Amino acid sequence: MSPKKTSRAEVAVRQKNLDRADKAAVRFQAEPGLNEKIVREISEQKDEPAWMLAKRLSALKHFESSPLPGFGPNLSQLDLNSIVYFVRPDTSEATSWDKVPKEIKRTFEQLGIPEAERTALAGVGAQYDSDIVYHNLKKKWEAQGVIFENMDVAVQKYPELVKKYFMTECVPISDHKFVMLHGAVWSGGTFIFVPKNVHIELPLQAYFRMNAESGGQFEHTLIIADEGSEVHYIEGCSAPRYNKSSLHAGCVEIFVGKDARVRYSSIENWSKDTYNLNTKRALVDDGGTIEWVSGNLGSGATMLYPTSILRAEGARSDSLGIAFAGSGQNQDTGAKAIHLAPHTASTIVSKSISVDGGVNTFRGLISIAANATNVTASMSCDALLIGKKSIANTIPELKIKNDQVSVAHEARVGKIGEEEIFFLETRGFSEAEATRLLVSGFIEPIIKALPVEYALELNKLIELEMEGAVG
Amino acid sequence: MSLIISNLHISAADKEIIRGLNLAIKPGEVHAIMGPNGSGKSTLAAALLGHPHYEVTQGKIMIDQTDATRLSPDERARRGLFLSMQYPPEIPGVSLANFSHLATSSLSGKNVDPLAFRKILAEKIAGLKIKPEFATRSLGTGFSGGEKKRSEILQLLLFNPKYAILDEIDSGLDVDALKIVANGINRFKNKKNAVVLITHYNRILKYVAPDKVHVMVRGKIVKSGDKKLANEIEEKGYKNFTK
Repeated sequence: MSPKKTSRAEVAVRQKNLDRADKAAVRFQAEPGLNEKIVREISEQKDEPAWMLAKRLSALKHFESSPLPGFGPNLSQLDLNSIVYFVRPDTSEATSWDKVPKEIKRTFEQLGIPEAERTALAGVGAQYDSDIVYHNLKKKWEAQGVIFENMDVAVQKYPELVKKYFMTECVPISDHKFVMLHGAVWSGGTFIFVPKNVHIELPLQAYFRMNAESGGQFEHTLIIADEGSEVHYIEGCSAPRYNKSSLHAGCVEIFVGKDARVRYSSIENWSKDTYNLNTKRALVDDGGTIEWVSGNLGSGATMLYPTSILRAEGARSDSLGIAFAGSGQNQDTGAKAIHLAPHTASTIVSKSISVDGGVNTFRGLISIAANATNVTASMSCDALLIGKKSIANTIPELKIKNDQVSVAHEARVGKIGEEEIFFLETRGFSEAEATRLLVSGFIEPIIKALPVEYALELNKLIELEMEGAVG
Repeated sequence: MSLIISNLHISAADKEIIRGLNLAIKPGEVHAIMGPNGSGKSTLAAALLGHPHYEVTQGKIMIDQTDATRLSPDERARRGLFLSMQYPPEIPGVSLANFSHLATSSLSGKNVDPLAFRKILAEKIAGLKIKPEFATRSLGTGFSGGEKKRSEILQLLLFNPKYAILDEIDSGLDVDALKIVANGINRFKNKKNAVVLITHYNRILKYVAPDKVHVMVRGKIVKSGDKKLANEIEEKGYKNFTK
């Protein structure tokens, strides 16, 4: 190597040659750290309208002057200046399959994921192309006026809709530190618009769109369900996703119109060295229903509390979550229901499994405004501890400003019982099999709410995660 | 071929509960172990299957000439031991059908065809006058006391073990439920298997005739006899044995 400084262009050229010679190459990327130049570059690369750039810059200003959250997992190891916030889309995909951690490859194999998909899930190589199925469905949706598009593309194609709904009243750019960060550097994600009274029977899956940009780091999901419409959207993937970056800060905004119904399911399984600091929120109008089904398995530290703002009469929210924390993992998850109108209803059901020293913290909030009378709300969390050093914390919060409400709350922390294990052993199960069966029973209410292929995968994944830890 | 317990000593938390117990159980036999509260009957039952609370400090448990004293509970189960606990635990989220199918497979070491198994399960359920929807409900959760015991007998019939240890299978049952449970045991037993009934009372022995009756006091068998011994206990209580 010559000691003289090489320019970026030279690096790029050399990189390309390397790519040809052998696939193991580092992909060309922006310099680490966040500044105005990089934000401008992102916007320029995407050829964005001026209002989007202005939004990004404003988010950056907020970000620079805001502190880290004062609760949750310790983020002191998260070095925001070493993170690469943007990878140019014109550089060729060059991360090598060889660099994907062994345990992730093994999980792919054990889950029976086809090879073509494995590379896509790992964020390396050519993206998996599921074109035939996807395009047929897409035609059908388009005939109904449904929009299902990459978020970057939506900015160009549907500027009026995006301008009105993107990080405005649902998750404003000034919301918290990582929303500000997201607002400045967001890239990719999904835009969905379902017109009035249209019911989409099959779940929409981001999976189908994986041949488009994967955008796994700061992706933005915006779902608008117009009056009387119905849609089930499934995001993420139960298979582990290898992400070179140590930070994932996505944002999901959902607008549930009058009498509309949206179910949002996601299973997040980022690699264990990732900080997953995610924001998901829904605004629900009269008689509308939002259903959250969330699974969190991966990452080193997670902060995620899907929030429903029930802002008009008869709005409803059901939130079902499961978190799994193994050795070295800190899952800070939960749900929030904000009741701003009378006759609104919410349920929060959370289950967590801590294995082998893993830490789960449940944060739940039921907030009921003074004018929100005749509200029913319930919150329950169930924690299962396996192994002596495992931890479960429960932090429920009730903020109730009137007395015409019915609120229930319960929390249980249990250990896998010796009697249950013994009983199952007397029926021929080994200790490890008995533990797995008890865990599968514990998470059954969540599994039931998922489409069958996800349910099978989630079950299998938890089994795999527990393998080293038990027996 | 027998279940042979010789000079068994068992401790829990450094306290000796079973103090030199001997018992030989041959296929084709029904044994009743009777005794006052605290004599160690349930400890014996649990320890025979290898419950982790109990430590065998001396003696041996032989299953068909295999020394099972240090085997894990599932290994003992695969060698033909079955325990119906006095208070079987509940297993939420796992259906009776799913559980018993998995258990049948792991006990037999074969993959049991799920459809064929469902048929067998439905027959056995009907035979015990259990509601068919039981199969899809979580094992034990929301079962009444009688339903729990019937579910244990259902498992006995499904898993068809060689040595069945039934710890107070008669407790908390009304007369009708007791008859159903006893009928189930009678249907189970044959020349190739053995039943050990652990009980306080004579009443189940009126329906399931024992070949041998043992009186257990303070961790030992103090007297063995035939069913007349059970009648004697019913009349006079345990006071003659506890002195």
